[in-house]
Amino acid sequence: MQRSRALDWLITPGIWLIFSAPTGAHDPASSQEISPTRYSELTQINRDNVSRLKPVVSFRTGTRGAQGGAPLVVGSTLYFLTSFPHILFALDLNRPGAPVRWQFTPEHDPLAAGLACCNRVEHGPVSGAGHINFTTLDGRVIAVDPDTGQVAWNVRVADIHNGETLVSPPTVAGNELLVGNAGDDFGARGWIAALDAHTGRQIWRHYSTGPDQDVGVTGGQDRGSKTWPGESWLHGGGSVAAPILLDPELGLLLHSTGPPAPWNPEPRPGDNAWTSGIFAREPQTGAVRWFTALHPHNSYAWAAGTADISVDRPWNGNNRQLLLHADSDGRIYVLDRASGELLAADALLSKSTVSTPKTDLQVRNICPAWVGAIGGNPALAGPTGLLYVPMSRLCMDIEARNASYLQGTPYIGANVRVHGAPGQPRGAVVAWDLERRVAAWKIDERFPVASDVLATSGGLVFYGTLDGVVKAVDATSGKVLWHWQTNAGISGQPMTFAGPDGRQYIAVIAGLGGPYGVASEYWIDRRDATAVRGLAQSVADLPAPRDPSGTLYVFDIE
Amino acid sequence: MTTKLSSAPLAVKSLLMCMLLMSSLCGCEREKRQYRTDPPVAAALDEVAPMPNGIAGAPPDAYVAAGEPYKSNAYDLSQGKQLYSEFNCSGCHAEGGGASGPAFLNGWWRYGPQAVSVFVSIRDGRPRGMPAFRSRLTTEQIWQLAGYVQTIGAYSAKTSAPGRNDAMQSRPSENRSPAKSSYASDQWPYSAAQ
Repeated sequence: MQRSRALDWLITPGIWLIFSAPTGAHDPASSQEISPTRYSELTQINRDNVSRLKPVVSFRTGTRGAQGGAPLVVGSTLYFLTSFPHILFALDLNRPGAPVRWQFTPEHDPLAAGLACCNRVEHGPVSGAGHINFTTLDGRVIAVDPDTGQVAWNVRVADIHNGETLVSPPTVAGNELLVGNAGDDFGARGWIAALDAHTGRQIWRHYSTGPDQDVGVTGGQDRGSKTWPGESWLHGGGSVAAPILLDPELGLLLHSTGPPAPWNPEPRPGDNAWTSGIFAREPQTGAVRWFTALHPHNSYAWAAGTADISVDRPWNGNNRQLLLHADSDGRIYVLDRASGELLAADALLSKSTVSTPKTDLQVRNICPAWVGAIGGNPALAGPTGLLYVPMSRLCMDIEARNASYLQGTPYIGANVRVHGAPGQPRGAVVAWDLERRVAAWKIDERFPVASDVLATSGGLVFYGTLDGVVKAVDATSGKVLWHWQTNAGISGQPMTFAGPDGRQYIAVIAGLGGPYGVASEYWIDRRDATAVRGLAQSVADLPAPRDPSGTLYVFDIE
Repeated sequence: MTTKLSSAPLAVKSLLMCMLLMSSLCGCEREKRQYRTDPPVAAALDEVAPMPNGIAGAPPDAYVAAGEPYKSNAYDLSQGKQLYSEFNCSGCHAEGGGASGPAFLNGWWRYGPQAVSVFVSIRDGRPRGMPAFRSRLTTEQIWQLAGYVQTIGAYSAKTSAPGRNDAMQSRPSENRSPAKSSYASDQWPYSAAQ
């Protein structure tokens, strides 16, 4: 109680703590964003001094929940995007108190709010082609001027009336911006599109289902339509909701595809290609280089919702170009990036237990639940080969029902109840040793861990919990070295940057988004076991946020 | 008892039987069900007059004249329940607990509990995510669905059981009893005390 009162002065809008005086030591033009491995080389904040970490800025956004994605620092400006309806803030790090340099509120279609149920949302701004680029939940990709916030271009690529939304930041690949849709649970057909980064014009678009030319494969014998009954591939899901990874070395785009729709597997006998797998495409044309199926005919609605990581490492004695994919089934899939060859699929915690859902029957204790075992984007500490994976340990009872496809309405066909795995805490952060293929350490968490992870050269790993605690742990031992109670649950990406004064800062946005954010919303009645696809009861003991608004915190060593 | 009855005179026995038969026949009057609404009536049922803010308003005269059948007629309620699952209402509202759409169970409704509000919500949609079902359901079906939805978020106990789909539930349906509002106290619905 005393702690929350002590925080009150901090959260009051407009009250700021003072940044230390700028010295101008930092290159003003450089862009600092979260790296694809979520590993930072900065070492000023390390094991020895992390216990003295204190917030130096707290900025209350005034928008509810759903603060996914990472802040972006370009020169002396920190950009970050709030939840839908989005506001893009640009904060001036050069001036004491980091005041708002400008803010931009794009036009929005409120109808999209009805589509935001159960996807992870990560709307971070990214820098590319001289603009600040971001996606919006209602299907727009917008590029604005970094200095003024003036719109350079604004295109609508996803059709919300078809159940499509955008939930990941765009990926910059040369002169292209790559985006993919979400909307499996609305039966939206998955696609990935390349836009011209200077104009927003679409260069190519390929789908996850349908005939070969739609998918971008040659000689696939139209598996994208023939492994589906009738024309059900037209609303068969396979979204590209997770971030798209660019491999500049091999000239490849790597992206996973979501589960097939509907959840009830009975109406869609067959492999349901090319859902629930990993694609490698050529950036210029989108042509498929390889595809590896992970869950053909996925019966458990396991979304492939988190980011993949590319790394070059020795594997069984040979140097290989690896792709690490932490999958919703709780395994870490190691693939060869060049060929798609599957090298390993190791269970991070316990093996999944599955049995096939049947129409009008209750099938109990399928683990993991549809929400997936991976809570957020993992981070890889390159030098040590440790992969830090935020996890959830939830199981589901599922009663498959007849599903009817109606454009723009949920296409699920299942009543679901989600609960914790018996006798186990619901969350964990696992440090996975790629070399020895075992967990180096594990931290149990009371709630599923839905935030992304940040690892640093200072020997630290940062993550946040659903009840709003930011933690810094020792990267080698897993010992918690520092924690800070924020005002709301954390589902975004902790990020670190060097400020214009040359000092290292840690930035975290508190504000619960994604499925757990919806599950803890005030409009949910948890007496219904199936509320929020069954998720509401699984986190029913989650304390209400101290503040329903999102808050950006910036931490520094005292 | 049996021996006494069998020993009674035949006339008394037949009288008793007659009374029993008549009383059971009286109890057998079935609720009327409309399998097909007359087109003019259906057209009239569409003429709701919501208030300018889209909340509440006057139901159509035909609805009142028919005795508000969709609120309590067992056949209409069961049709409404079937439509609720067939038209994917449960995808956003679950079985009344909500998801991307708000819950119905708690009786705290954004546009109020009136039949006209619910009807207009389904027919025309609402700006924060509710799609319009005008082109997908007949007027009568919308009323049936509205009637069923109203029973989920009952403000008071109803004599007609809604039969909410409780298959996943381990206890009897809550909506047989008055709703307990989440906003009963000034506390956030779920206490942070741990």
